[in-house]
Amino acid sequence: MEEQGIGVPAASLERIKHIILILSGKGGVGKSSVTTQTALTLCSMGFKVGVLDIDLTGPSLPRMFGLENKSIYQGPKGWQPVKVETNSAGSLSVISLGFLLGDRGNSVIWRGPKKTSMIKQFISDVAWGELDYLLIDTPPGTSDEHISIAEELRYSKPDGGIVVTTPQSVATADVRKEINFCRKVDLKILGIIENMSGFICPHCAECTNIFSSGGGKKLSEQFSVPYLGNIPIDPKFVEMIENQASSEKTLVEMYKESSLCPIFQEIMKKLREQDIKTRTMEKHD
Amino acid sequence: MTEILPHVNDEVLPAEYELKQPEPDHCPGPESEMAGKSDACGGCANKDICESLPKGPDPDIPLITDNMSGIEHKILVLSGKGGVGKSTFAAMLSWALSADEDLQVGAMDLDICGPSLPHMLGCVNETIHESNSGWTPVYVADNLATMSIQYMLPEDDSAIIWRGSKKNLLIKKFLKDVDWNKLDYLVIDTPPGTSDEHISINKYMKESGIDGALVVTTPQEVALLDVRKEIDFCKKAGITILGLVENMSGFVCPNCKGESQIFKATTGGGKALCEELGIRFLGSVPLDPRIGKSCDMGESFLDNYPDSPASSAVLNVVEALRDAVGDL
Repeated sequence: MEEQGIGVPAASLERIKHIILILSGKGGVGKSSVTTQTALTLCSMGFKVGVLDIDLTGPSLPRMFGLENKSIYQGPKGWQPVKVETNSAGSLSVISLGFLLGDRGNSVIWRGPKKTSMIKQFISDVAWGELDYLLIDTPPGTSDEHISIAEELRYSKPDGGIVVTTPQSVATADVRKEINFCRKVDLKILGIIENMSGFICPHCAECTNIFSSGGGKKLSEQFSVPYLGNIPIDPKFVEMIENQASSEKTLVEMYKESSLCPIFQEIMKKLREQDIKTRTMEKHD
Repeated sequence: MTEILPHVNDEVLPAEYELKQPEPDHCPGPESEMAGKSDACGGCANKDICESLPKGPDPDIPLITDNMSGIEHKILVLSGKGGVGKSTFAAMLSWALSADEDLQVGAMDLDICGPSLPHMLGCVNETIHESNSGWTPVYVADNLATMSIQYMLPEDDSAIIWRGSKKNLLIKKFLKDVDWNKLDYLVIDTPPGTSDEHISINKYMKESGIDGALVVTTPQEVALLDVRKEIDFCKKAGITILGLVENMSGFVCPNCKGESQIFKATTGGGKALCEELGIRFLGSVPLDPRIGKSCDMGESFLDNYPDSPASSAVLNVVEALRDAVGDL
């Protein structure tokens, strides 16, 4: 099945220390928003971060990082990811199909085989250079994109996946399927994040569990995987994303002031405590 | 890496094919009649693969058209974005229509990898029976029939790790072999995106005729961005858009009754999008925690809380939708 070099990790990923996938069986639970916040947090900690968006029919990351209308260029070593201005020690670069579309309203009406070959190219043709973390944001489901990325990374030793869910049982039912997918393709689950976990009313400070609560924790116990934490609904985060163009500060700086930032720092701490070996040889460290 | 289902085993599925490179600019399409033969195919690495694929008009389409002939109205529930409430709305639409005892309603779940409709209709543990006239759908009420892959899974949690070509085959079976009998409405719930499921349902039902699509969105621009793509898809595919409904618009705190915009419509939300693209705006439904709870329990929110503002908003949309398909 594998045509390109059996058992050989992808050369383009050679200088990347960690590869983490962000997954969920369910759509709209906040995969892209978790990917964005993970990237911003790691970047503010001084790491070099790359983000790959393999949601081909609904790419959200260009908008999340304020990069709409940017394009990918072909450099001598391959496709050049789009850089995000950070004003911090870390760096941030993004690849998404969104950068290859002419108009933001254009639809990508692709069947599986075309999606598969696009993902192949995203893995083999991007000149990421040296990275501490590569985060891969995925679409909902367990289909072409997921099978393809699992196949492409089979010999590249990714760290594993972060599974995102919302609390209600309709969502966790789909997420269970995703966890079973990870097990089937031997992708380690680094942990579960429960997003949209409660909303604090700005008027009276009462917390309402709009999408109920506790589903993520229950899931992690049921499947014996680490529970990384829960993130409340914060309308200010959406506002920050939407208004970033008019701000003088970079997104990384703005996010540092967000109420969600300490929660993500805690999650990153838990993740880093798992002490996953870097993929690269010692000489790169 | 594939899960074997009792009804859909590997033998009946078409050979999967994988292209060696993306289709070139003037590619006629790997499944078209000209596949492997057009000018663009000359230097293409996929030429041999495409040439070997089966050609000609799909012999199953007349069978689908025949099986669908007893169905009066067929409505797709679409959104480019996940988690905006497609299934919730499809379920509520089905409950609302079937509340009228004179209507026969069907609800079909095209989301193969993440089926939610059975949870919401409270029939997640049901299984499908096979008879002479095909697969018998699961009946939630005397006049509400449903079909989903969920009913065929060996276990509730089983992952369906299928590529598109395999999903297409199951969709075809749903249309061709399910004994829908006579229906006034068939509500079709779809997965997010614009890929195999969407292309296939449109292709397979071209001759049966789809009344149109109900597009669901949430107010924030990140969602609208994907919804724009779905609308673009409908236009390209020739699917009529019956209207757009905005879900999760605004939240009233049960404690202090203060209103908040959780998914803020920084760009004007669904309404502005409708004006920009010339689509009918059917209304907005507020965020009510009891909707999610009813869905989790598989009960009808409309029956449980008939006096809530969300219920009347939903019923208004249903009314407008019936009007749009010429039923009222």
